[in-house]
Amino acid sequence: MSILTLREAPPERLDLDGLTPAALAGLSEAEAARLPVGTSRRGLTLGDCFAISLDGSDELRIVGATERLDRVGAGLSAGRIVVEGDVGQRLGAGMTGGTLTVSGSAGPFAGTAAKGGTIRIAGNAGESAGGALHGAEAGLDGATLMIGGTAGERLGDRMRAGLIVVKAAGAHVGSRMIAGTIVAEAIGDHPGYGMRRGTLVAARHGALLPTFVETGRQDLVVLKLLATSIQALVPEAAALLRAPMRRYGGDLATLGKGELFTPVG
Amino acid sequence: MPDLILNGIRVEDTFAEAFDMAATALVLTAETPEWAMIAATTMTGFATSVIGCGAEAGIDAVLSPDDTPDGRPGVRVLLFGFDAGGLKDQLLRRVGQCVLTSPGSAVFAGIAWDDPNVGKALKLGGAIRYFGDGFATAKRVEGRRYWRTPVMDGEFLCEHSVPTIQGAVGGGNLLFLGRRFSDTLRVAEIAVAAARTVPDVILPFPGGVVRSGSKVGARTKGMMASTNDAYCPTLKGRAGSALPPEVDVVLEIVIDGLSSASVSAAMRAALHASTKAGVDLGLVAVTAGNYGGNLGRHHFHLRDLLGEAA
Repeated sequence: MSILTLREAPPERLDLDGLTPAALAGLSEAEAARLPVGTSRRGLTLGDCFAISLDGSDELRIVGATERLDRVGAGLSAGRIVVEGDVGQRLGAGMTGGTLTVSGSAGPFAGTAAKGGTIRIAGNAGESAGGALHGAEAGLDGATLMIGGTAGERLGDRMRAGLIVVKAAGAHVGSRMIAGTIVAEAIGDHPGYGMRRGTLVAARHGALLPTFVETGRQDLVVLKLLATSIQALVPEAAALLRAPMRRYGGDLATLGKGELFTPVG
Repeated sequence: MPDLILNGIRVEDTFAEAFDMAATALVLTAETPEWAMIAATTMTGFATSVIGCGAEAGIDAVLSPDDTPDGRPGVRVLLFGFDAGGLKDQLLRRVGQCVLTSPGSAVFAGIAWDDPNVGKALKLGGAIRYFGDGFATAKRVEGRRYWRTPVMDGEFLCEHSVPTIQGAVGGGNLLFLGRRFSDTLRVAEIAVAAARTVPDVILPFPGGVVRSGSKVGARTKGMMASTNDAYCPTLKGRAGSALPPEVDVVLEIVIDGLSSASVSAAMRAALHASTKAGVDLGLVAVTAGNYGGNLGRHHFHLRDLLGEAA
């Protein structure tokens, strides 16, 4: 296992885009130490900030991470990255495969444009986790994003495909959603604002938009299929999906093919 | 050429001639095992012979909720056609008219997408979704795409496409030459039950048994096939009859499988079970149907099936 150990809190935000096991596998420790990671005119390199130990394996551990580390795991296509600590914005942005695990919390836009692989955040996530960057075509785009704690506002904003499982999230979950699935224990006000398609499942929710209409109690096969598929990943979420559900359709201000399921009673 | 003997019953030293076919498998699920079976039997109805029905279809297995993608009771059906085009036409008609219409049903591919023998994919849910008149939505789960078409009991969920399988074989067969109808029918039933224990095969005729075996061509102009007069007991004594005097009834089983190996295994199981039971049921002999070996690529020689399965 290769290990990057942060020596001290960095003096500026660091951009770790492309620092994947595959990218580091072909480098010596001296070569890796020269990789630029700074975001100012200081020209900080990886070696300036981290103690580096590489063994060419497909697993990378980042020790002592802080919220000043941006784009951790961005572009990951295979292998495993384990982060001990917190991370900054755009965790796993654009990744296409592999697994990315964070023991702490993540900043905004975690999993943005991620097409494949699995991201697991033990703590909280900032706003627009699984959401699109400003002006971007899509947010989460096929990957699986699991958040053990709370996510900020606009979770899954303009999400196009994939699965998000979260304990709780703020307002406007699934806003402008194109497609995909979000499962949560609790979500804030106005879920699905402007959503075209996609599925929201929440044990509890805040105020609903007037453009969401109740379609009654429906025992749909798709929920059983989703429950079976995430049973191994998050058993609690699978149990929620198997509960008797009430369905709301929306957002009828747009295409109206989205839906919100919430347990009956 | 001396005849072969198995369990004291004469086995003719001949072969069943079978053909390459296009095939696919579906898993049909429903709220209860009964409704899954209703969907399956309806979909596989009128599918005894590809010549007259457009497809040959049947039930391969009853599945427990643990073995289906949505955790509900299910049935696996197999569907065979002359080619992928003909198979797709029958698939859409049968799912569209018989499964879409069945309460609570859902349809999944019955062949693993990572099977090394997977062939061309046939668009299924991706075509049936148009019944939804623009209200259908797609959902991708674990890399597979499903269409959810609104219907009056909720939604019809159907996988976007299903794979065909390369190497499917149709037309494995055995003929049971007996003395009395009831006893020979019992022999055939026992053979069918044995063959059905083998995975990936169906016996598409009524109850798995066909009493009107056919030959290619006819004296009547335009007929593609006609009665297998050599095995009709009422035509005994005429030139061309293949029946000895003591045989008064002949019944046949036909086996289609997703591979040559599965057809061979099913024929072996049927041959052994039928001869074992046939001793007490007046079975005279077992033979197989062929066209001289010039039409079908697969020849299942009964001589090779006498040993127990490895």
